[in-house]
Amino acid sequence: MISLTSPVETWAHRWPAGLKLGLLSAATMLLFSVQAVEWHLIFFGGCLVLYALPGKRFLAGGLRRLFVLWPFVLLIVSWHFIRSDLEVGLVIVLRMITAVALANLVTMTTRLSDMMGVMRWLTAPLRVLGVKTERIELAIALVVRFTPVLTSKGQMLAMAWRARAVRRVGWRIITPFAVLAIDDAEHLAEALRARGGV
Amino acid sequence: MERSIALIAIFAALIAALGLMPNLMLATGVPITAQSLGVMLCGTVLGAKRGGLAVLLFVGLVALGLPLLAGGRGGLGVFASPTVGFIVGFPIAAFTAGFAMEQMRALSVGLAAGISAAIGGILVLYLFGVTGFMFVLGKSLGESLIVLGWYIPGDIIKVVLAGFITAGLAKARPASLLSRT
Repeated sequence: MISLTSPVETWAHRWPAGLKLGLLSAATMLLFSVQAVEWHLIFFGGCLVLYALPGKRFLAGGLRRLFVLWPFVLLIVSWHFIRSDLEVGLVIVLRMITAVALANLVTMTTRLSDMMGVMRWLTAPLRVLGVKTERIELAIALVVRFTPVLTSKGQMLAMAWRARAVRRVGWRIITPFAVLAIDDAEHLAEALRARGGV
Repeated sequence: MERSIALIAIFAALIAALGLMPNLMLATGVPITAQSLGVMLCGTVLGAKRGGLAVLLFVGLVALGLPLLAGGRGGLGVFASPTVGFIVGFPIAAFTAGFAMEQMRALSVGLAAGISAAIGGILVLYLFGVTGFMFVLGKSLGESLIVLGWYIPGDIIKVVLAGFITAGLAKARPASLLSRT
């Protein structure tokens, strides 16, 4: 499965993931403590510069991911336009876009393996308490493997439905879909036990 | 233990797969994302603990940067967007639905699952969803409810479906309905 890490290699790819996450939390806290619209315009501009530095392809990929926010932008801007306090709306919208953009930036420049490293570090206290955190890693690997498997099984079910029915594919295929998933899980559990268990 | 891990992981993958199936329509042609239905099913089928863990695993993978949310969304940006409350509330919604399901052993599976899905998937989930919306967009409770209230009818449909689907699974694979065993 493809992760959301950008294929465009940037200097930030080499930074430690923990540092990037720390900077992100600090920046987000700053965004939510500042109220002046001028500052938010500067933050937003600075964020755009960060996106533009690695080149056109990175910028385009990043902007495409921000596009999902447009309904909220439309909602807030029109709401505050009607109440004629557009400046407040502008602060809210800029803060939202910058916060999401910065968070996306961390995701785009951090490999899945580096993120897993941070997770292992964060769950270290649990290991002291006797929790077997390898099980979390096993579960993650299983999800990564089985998401495409289940997706293709779901598509097969939808195809089988279309071959037989005039009506569109509906909610009725979810029950057999879940049955397939449960059967997969039972086989998987057996296979794990046969290989010595966890 | 192997069985728990397998069911938790597969149900997390099932939520992701449900989000990737684009053509899921109701008879009336209203498109619904089945993802929150998947969250309800985790609770009603796997019970509080395993259902909650399955959804927590799913949300954790979204945070790590996998595009598992409906429409291929994911990554840390999701946790800064106005819908953050819903994502954070997902595991708690599944846990609550599972807990409610475990308390209603006297009722028929379908009815108990419907009620549990409503408690977890609407009541608890919106509690978190509305709070997140209010915080990120700086809106009052009333304003947030006006906007998010539009989605409640769709979620009521999902609650009914969760009841039917859980009842169907109870017939097809009774041993795997961990919320009742």
